[in-house]
Amino acid sequence: MSQETGLQEVPDEAGEEHVQVEGGIVAELERMTPEERAEHEAEVAEVVAPDREIAVGFGETLLELREVTVRFGGLVALDAVSFGIRRGEILGLIGPNGAGKTTCFNAMTGVYRPTSGQVLLEDRPLGRRKRHQITRLGIARTFQNIRLFGEMTALENVVVGTDARHRTSVLGALLRGPRHRREEAEAVERAMALLEFVGIADRAADKARNLPYGYQRRLEIARALATEPKLLCLDEPAAGFNPAEKEQLMGLIRKIRDDGYTVLLIEHDMRLVMGVTDRIVVLEFGKKIAEGLPAEIRDNPAVIAAYLGVPDDGAA
Amino acid sequence: MTSARNESRRPHLQQLGEWWNSLPRTRQWLVLIPVVLLIYALPVLNPPILSTEPGTNFPIACFNAARFALIALGLNVVVGQAGLLDLGYVGFFAVGAYVAALFTSPDSALAKLPYLVTLPLAMVITMFFGVVLGTPTLRLRGDYLAIVTLGFGEIVRLLATIVPPLKGQVGFQEVGHPPGRLPDGSLIFASSNGTPWYWLVVTLTIAMLMLVGNLERSRVGRAWVAIREDEDAAQIMGVPTFKFKLWAFAIGAAIGGLSGALFAGEVGFVNNQKFDVPTSVLFLAAVVLGGSGNKVGVLLGAFVVSYVPDRFTELANYKYLIFGLALIILMIFRPQGLLGARQRLLAKGREAYQRLIGRPEQVSSESALAAESAKGVGA
Ligand SMILES: Nc1ncnc2c1ncn2[C@@H]1O[C@H](COP(=O)(O)OP(=O)(O)O)[C@@H](O)[C@H]1O
Ligand SMILES: [Mg+2]
Repeated sequence: MSQETGLQEVPDEAGEEHVQVEGGIVAELERMTPEERAEHEAEVAEVVAPDREIAVGFGETLLELREVTVRFGGLVALDAVSFGIRRGEILGLIGPNGAGKTTCFNAMTGVYRPTSGQVLLEDRPLGRRKRHQITRLGIARTFQNIRLFGEMTALENVVVGTDARHRTSVLGALLRGPRHRREEAEAVERAMALLEFVGIADRAADKARNLPYGYQRRLEIARALATEPKLLCLDEPAAGFNPAEKEQLMGLIRKIRDDGYTVLLIEHDMRLVMGVTDRIVVLEFGKKIAEGLPAEIRDNPAVIAAYLGVPDDGAA
Repeated sequence: MTSARNESRRPHLQQLGEWWNSLPRTRQWLVLIPVVLLIYALPVLNPPILSTEPGTNFPIACFNAARFALIALGLNVVVGQAGLLDLGYVGFFAVGAYVAALFTSPDSALAKLPYLVTLPLAMVITMFFGVVLGTPTLRLRGDYLAIVTLGFGEIVRLLATIVPPLKGQVGFQEVGHPPGRLPDGSLIFASSNGTPWYWLVVTLTIAMLMLVGNLERSRVGRAWVAIREDEDAAQIMGVPTFKFKLWAFAIGAAIGGLSGALFAGEVGFVNNQKFDVPTSVLFLAAVVLGGSGNKVGVLLGAFVVSYVPDRFTELANYKYLIFGLALIILMIFRPQGLLGARQRLLAKGREAYQRLIGRPEQVSSESALAAESAKGVGA
């Protein structure tokens, strides 16, 4: 694994610290020539890329919402919403505050059960599956209000994500069996690559709650990617970012898609969504009011009406 | 004022932690082995500054401290690692003690087993109790779980009083002990002789420490901490939370049962008198005092909670008052306990951090806390 990634081999014996290059990979990267760096980044992207079977081909519907309704008492947060996400695309989910975007994520990831309607992944209904089972089926998400494991380091947070695919039993861990050791080594390898991929490897050893805000947002993405999802759902990942940071993040999202993931993106900032998404679904008051290519959405009178007078995130 | 106090103490602890963290593993062992030998030698050395005599026999005091350490270690899995507030832990301790008594005491109608066999048996049976209690209750969260476990502790005690074969206050005499006699024909594991018992408990505690450490640096330990930090997020990241909470409960229960059986063996007598709620709270105090979630911390907390009343016998009657005040003061100035919670959760973590950024991980929560309190002062 380490040969593949070009990561430096470390002898297992004690005294390993003395063999180390000062500063580790992160510092080494600084010293690389642009070509070497590009090569390293390609290797990292290779480790991060999904290598699991996906039942649907490129462009076919990966996930489908069918007439999904979510009710909270008298409030209808989602009203018979239907749309599909195609494999390999970046789908934007937009709408004014309170439109039901997060609720839509919650209905997809098992946080809430739809009052009626169905969510289908690769044509199979999610039904009454538990949240962790849905994750294993291949839907991962980030949270609008960051929810990291604050006392864990960045690397540990990501490894928790990789654990979604692990099978070590309690007994295996207790006795440090061969599977445990193999999974631990692979998990750390993949988690380190993920941290590099999202660009926060230099703070891998810091507790999540001590990380700067932008790093926390990126760590959420790395942790979700670690579960090897078929579909990655990002809930306002650029909230609170300045325009330059937003632009960088959109670059990352494109990179994730180019690496072979399907992305569902909630974003408030219209301009940004237009630039990065392949298609857009618009919600207002729990109803889908439009669906189409970014250019169509921009000119759609219903969408313009919904957004009129609603300040975008940058101003809020 | 508070931050000034923190500041003056921070560097020492932090430096110690960082120094330890930066040592290669072989060097850590070189430091650890003499420390462990010293711990084993403690009851024989009976150092004057530490001695609890004449108030309490020193080897017995050592045994008590070691027993508390084992209990704290088990309770820490439940409370410290998985974040499940368990106020009925004494119930598991009691079950373990009764298992040892029922299978070894001549007062019991059950078949007799060798005492050493009752130790693993006590673990298995308490583990079963842990699963039975956990299955319906671990769907509850926070305060509800605390109340239900509190009830469990009381139920065990009441059953010991009410159910005739458990003999209530009369109890069981002559509970078994490990075999072996000294050259002069006296028992090695006599109740009056704390030293061999102490060695037995220390050995078992070290074994448990290593096993729990293995769990900590695996997906099991990570699942526990993830549940403690944010149960919903853990579920969504693919952690089967119920399963791992149940495991935490079962493993904690097994260690509690083991210490109960050891306690029964050393004292040689078991009745319904020693398994009340205050004892449960005392166990919890050991964990919180030392640093919930930190294995070394809870051992330290257990030592303090057990040693102080044995050493200062005139204060023993006020121990709940003293520990209560100590906890309140601690919660104000150092809410993470004497040693903050910082567990390593990766089997290959050291190498990974070293390779990636060329330095070890952040060990203490100190800097963060200092930053927070500084902000608080500034605001
Ligand atoms: N758990 C809940 N209980 C009651 N109402 C909720 C709950 N979650 C969301 N809502 C309501 O549902 C509506 C949609 O919310 P949400 O999906 O968060 O909107 P957004 O599009 O801004 O993400 C809002 O009116 C919100 O108040
Ligand atoms: Mg939202």
